[in-house]
Amino acid sequence: MIRKRLGRTGLPYLLLLPALALELLIHLVPMVVGIVMSAKQLTQFFIRDWSAAPWAGLGNYRVAVDFSAPIGRSLLNSFWVTCAFTVLSVGLSWLIGTAAAIFMQDAFKGRGLLRAAFLLPYALPVYAAVITWSFMFQRDTGLVNHLLHDQLHLTSGRPFWLIGDNSFTALVTVSVWKSWPFAFLTLTAGLQNIPRELYEAAAMDGAGVWQQIRRITLPSLRPVNLVLVLVLFLWTFNDFNTPYVLFGKSAPQAADLISIHIYQSSFVTWNFGSGSAMSVLLLLFLLLVTAGYLFATSRRKGADD
Amino acid sequence: MRINRLAAATAFAATLALTVGACGGGSSSSGGGDNSSPKTLTYWASNQGTSLENDKQVLEPELRKFEQQTGIKVKLEVVPWSDLLNRILAATASGQGPDVLNIGNTWSASLQATGALLPFDDATFAKIGGKDRFLPATIASAGAAGKDPAAVPLYSMAYGLYYNKKAFAAAGIANPPATWDELVADGQKLTKDGKYGLAIEGGNVSENVHHAFALGQQHGTGWFDAAGRPAFDSPEAVGAVKQYVDFIAKDKIAAPGNAEYANNQSVTDFATGKAAMLMWQSAGANLTSHGMNPDDFAVAPIPVPAGATGTKATTSMVAGINLAVFRNTKNLDGALQFVKFMTGDDEQKQLNKTYGSIPPVKAAQADPAFATPELKALSDVLATSARPLPQVANESQFETLVGTAVKNLLAGAAAGKPVTDDTVKAELTKAQQQMPAN
Amino acid sequence: MIDPPASYRWTRRIALTVLLAFTLTPVLVMLSSSLKPLQDVQGPFRGIPSTITLRPYADIWKTVPLGRYFVNSLIVSGGATVCSVLIAILAAYAVSRYRFRGRRLFTVTVLSTQMFPGILFLLPLFLLFVNIGNSTGVALYGSRGGLILTYLTFSLPFSIWMLAGYFDSIPRDLDEAAAVDGCGPLRTLVRIVIPAAVPGIVAVAVYAFMTAWGEVLFASVMTNDETRTLAVGLQGYATQTDVYWNQVMAASLVVSVPVVAGFLLLQRFLVAGLTAGAVK
Repeated sequence: MIRKRLGRTGLPYLLLLPALALELLIHLVPMVVGIVMSAKQLTQFFIRDWSAAPWAGLGNYRVAVDFSAPIGRSLLNSFWVTCAFTVLSVGLSWLIGTAAAIFMQDAFKGRGLLRAAFLLPYALPVYAAVITWSFMFQRDTGLVNHLLHDQLHLTSGRPFWLIGDNSFTALVTVSVWKSWPFAFLTLTAGLQNIPRELYEAAAMDGAGVWQQIRRITLPSLRPVNLVLVLVLFLWTFNDFNTPYVLFGKSAPQAADLISIHIYQSSFVTWNFGSGSAMSVLLLLFLLLVTAGYLFATSRRKGADD
Repeated sequence: MRINRLAAATAFAATLALTVGACGGGSSSSGGGDNSSPKTLTYWASNQGTSLENDKQVLEPELRKFEQQTGIKVKLEVVPWSDLLNRILAATASGQGPDVLNIGNTWSASLQATGALLPFDDATFAKIGGKDRFLPATIASAGAAGKDPAAVPLYSMAYGLYYNKKAFAAAGIANPPATWDELVADGQKLTKDGKYGLAIEGGNVSENVHHAFALGQQHGTGWFDAAGRPAFDSPEAVGAVKQYVDFIAKDKIAAPGNAEYANNQSVTDFATGKAAMLMWQSAGANLTSHGMNPDDFAVAPIPVPAGATGTKATTSMVAGINLAVFRNTKNLDGALQFVKFMTGDDEQKQLNKTYGSIPPVKAAQADPAFATPELKALSDVLATSARPLPQVANESQFETLVGTAVKNLLAGAAAGKPVTDDTVKAELTKAQQQMPAN
Repeated sequence: MIDPPASYRWTRRIALTVLLAFTLTPVLVMLSSSLKPLQDVQGPFRGIPSTITLRPYADIWKTVPLGRYFVNSLIVSGGATVCSVLIAILAAYAVSRYRFRGRRLFTVTVLSTQMFPGILFLLPLFLLFVNIGNSTGVALYGSRGGLILTYLTFSLPFSIWMLAGYFDSIPRDLDEAAAVDGCGPLRTLVRIVIPAAVPGIVAVAVYAFMTAWGEVLFASVMTNDETRTLAVGLQGYATQTDVYWNQVMAASLVVSVPVVAGFLLLQRFLVAGLTAGAVK
């Protein structure tokens, strides 16, 4: 009996140990160091010997949030761009993923093949996929303008996609293309848990297809959506690869995502103190949003936990 | 429970200590390298040839030659440009890096400020054959003025004006333009039937800043004042940038599409005849590989304002690659021997010939291989009218901020927004205010 | 759905066609561009190549050591996947089957690591690896091992989350029956829970693999010539002198074929797995 009790209390911790140790090593400890860095004037003069770097206290933070000065203002601009980008990208990815999952719920000819095709963007290496998009978005030789301007005559001139204001549209397009298959996959899975009887009962009550979707499908997907939206949000907000491959080290203002902005403030200019401070601010924001999100959603979910 | 918590806290603290300990990693041997492993060297080469594999094929035989001469085995890694600065950063921060490495010469002062590179004082220079063997302009691009250079020049390049001889003849233009007024006039003559007078790489931040620098010199600004403070929005700087942006905005001699070029499309445009002029560094080999007949193009110096002399007649930045010794090297003597080998006359001829660059070593420049009209023109530029980019610790910020400002202005011009002194000044002021205070 | 009317079917047809076009366009562009000579790729876009050549498919191996990068990527992604799945199974089992103090704290902490901007801990992590190397001789920096370790923690949080949900859906009666037969907790895990959770585990494995497969930022700093992965290595087709568009696309297609094939084979499991994992 005693052995069993000991095993009962000790075992779960033992099982968690590898995961905990690794997260500690790879994420939490470097993170704490990152926070320390944010309080230092860690420029290229001190990168070789951090202990010699003077303490900046909250100086790096003050510069980052001084929205009347250009550094703070451009950070704020970048923050809003990232928010708009994230909302649009997550929203569209979710919408397309949901629509596709629902439309492909019933068997029809070629469904398997279609599903395979829809998963392709998820399986291509990110760099390859995004570089192909940048190739397509070239103004003079790209497919997009070839289609819009030369074939369909929708635009009067050839618009730019990789510079200027349209770059935001380009960025959202690529991001949605890249992440909707994941939403599709997760939701397809979620749909399989909805008992068929529910639909049958609704059909007997005279509910049409659209009503069935609204009354049965969407509410049943809620638990999946909770996870999915949060994960998509975090990935999209922190996405570095897409803008970096699409625009390089200096993104156009309209598409200046915060991850690129921080990269520029730390890796390009070797000012890690300031870059870290911006990262910590970003982390705080994400923690706040996630906590709020979990709090808002757990009230209804609480029963089964 | 308590034990668990204690164990967790201990583990956390131990890992933290490990990391923090590492932060000082670079300082442990700040006195300079030693000779504890005299038989091997690690060399990080930048990508100079047509591909990473091509670079390896070029360099491996030379490294074997060095091994035969000295018995030192050199381990080569060709680092792509996209990774090079990050890799150097990681090496600097940790003290674990190569023994000898290539750096873009514009990074010299920035990297010099980190203290990670071995300074080449006179004694060190003596070990590799002396400072006088190098072209002065190239030495000036190896570190801040008044300090011992942080590197030595390896391959040099300069900007020249490449022009399409056939297109010039067809438009009835006898000589390449020598002044900007002539360039604009010629460009307008050449701009017709979907072809343009000039191609520029407007989406490429580095190209933008290189041109902004040379034009700035011509307008009378060095971008930093005597005390090293940034002066990006001086009337001279505004004039320089506006002149460049006006190629698209006002003169309309460059295609609006050039504003997004960042993958050497301007070289392609020139090679395929879509544009009749191109301002580029050592483009010859590249142009022929794009199918352009070597007889169809020629090189002239970049134009200057009429009657300009001295710094106002600057036509190019000093472009090129420097060779640096990592201070933490475990084979200091070997590293210097290797530097001496790479900057020796034979290797200089051999490697610069292969890469189509100009040897910064004067004696090697005399080789007939560098007497082609293209290289002759460019080495004249290098010797007489090229100046190094500002050798300040914050050079990379300057490059990023000003280059991006020019990119934004070009994007605006291409979209048809008006470009005035005020819009240019506003953009440059914004760039300047983002420079760090120190 | 019961008896969809014609309007629904038409909406579906149109929507799926548009979506298919959106999804496949870049893939088709890749395919068509990979069959063109470089000059044609750099010129104005044409859907059907005017000259078809297989040269890019031969050249990709010479421009960049593609074979080595591919093997590296397979080792790193495969290693990260196996480790991540094993560790996630243990942790998820604890979270799903035991009520212990700190359970909630653990899940929240692990989830929160998903929020860390990679840029913030890249440099400290690198220094940590170097220092571990200096003091213990375990070379993590520049090695595939270090990258495996890093990537597995990227996918770990979501993997634990998904697997715990999946384990929850496996009836406890099965565990208890095993316990009656004299199985200890670990044996129950191996004999009962894991077999019942195969689809969920496959789902997590695919997710972990894809996470490691595409990562660029950490790989660019933490690898060298010998250990460079595909995600970074493909950039080698953009050289100092030229961007070999046709070769990038050919190489991307070539390296994607095995992944896509494996992916499609596992698709059935993945769909079944996510169902129970995400639906708590």
